[in-house]
Amino acid sequence: MDALMLDGNAVAGILQEVFAVEMTTAIGTCNRCGGTDRVGALHVFRGAGIVMRCPHCDNALVTIVEDGTRVWIGFAGVRTLQVTV
Amino acid sequence: MNWRVAEVVNVVPETPRVKTVAFDVPGWPGHRAGQHVDVRLTAEDGYQAQRSYSIASVPDGTRVELTVERLEDGEVSPYLTDGLRPGDRIELRGPVGGYFVWEPSQGGPLLLVAGGSGVVPLMAMIRARAVAGSDIDARLLFSSRSWEEVIYRGELERLGGGGLTVVHTLTRSQPPGWAGYARRVDAEMLVEVGPSPSRLPGVYVCGPTPFVEAVAEALVELGHEPHRVRTERFGPTGGE
Repeated sequence: MDALMLDGNAVAGILQEVFAVEMTTAIGTCNRCGGTDRVGALHVFRGAGIVMRCPHCDNALVTIVEDGTRVWIGFAGVRTLQVTV
Repeated sequence: MNWRVAEVVNVVPETPRVKTVAFDVPGWPGHRAGQHVDVRLTAEDGYQAQRSYSIASVPDGTRVELTVERLEDGEVSPYLTDGLRPGDRIELRGPVGGYFVWEPSQGGPLLLVAGGSGVVPLMAMIRARAVAGSDIDARLLFSSRSWEEVIYRGELERLGGGGLTVVHTLTRSQPPGWAGYARRVDAEMLVEVGPSPSRLPGVYVCGPTPFVEAVAEALVELGHEPHRVRTERFGPTGGE
């Protein structure tokens, strides 16, 4: 366990900025282990960017990089994202 | 969701390292207990630093209160706790979050487990419960290093009773004659504080990451359903 780890609640602001809906209650499915979790419950690590990992298998689900005017979001490890619209 | 200018209304010390900063935020749309704001500070050279903080207060017009612990090596918190005076302005975005949220209409029973300044969003829930006149069974198990570092100590004493039980554990030092818990939160303590998993309580755990990991693991081992145990981690520091 990494003491610097956060969770999906910590990135609620940037996700809502991009998707324009509340995202911590969206449900993601991991494309490696098939685990499903609320985005708020995902493990989050901050470095040069942000990596969101599966709490079951540690798969890198989402990466977020910002440079002040743009944001790059990758969903390399997400099979589906269920969002209430 | 736009950045809003927030003006400091007042700053109140809670403990030696923790202060509550009240802001007036014109246009504030209201919020739910457990939601956050993003705070953005901009230096004279344009450098920006941004952090997420839980809202401590219940909805009250354009007033928003944040309770902030000063982290010695922090980039933002020392400025919020020691650099702000009434009339100062910062930028704030929110409210955000919907996962770590409780509203009185969700009912109970409720188990809240806090480590240090992790009590802040849980206090928003306790305050929302009080404002709603709710008498649901709510229990707060609150781990602090010492009695002096118990955030909201006086208010928690006043709000106790009427269905709200507040249990403290003091992990590093205890006042003379202390008869309460004096160790880290563990499974035995969680059983004693209750409520039983069979009553299907809504459980909210907030604190430093190692605290949240240990408590959430113990709760699930005791039989609480994982999806009823909502967690919020704020990294390595803070009381435990």
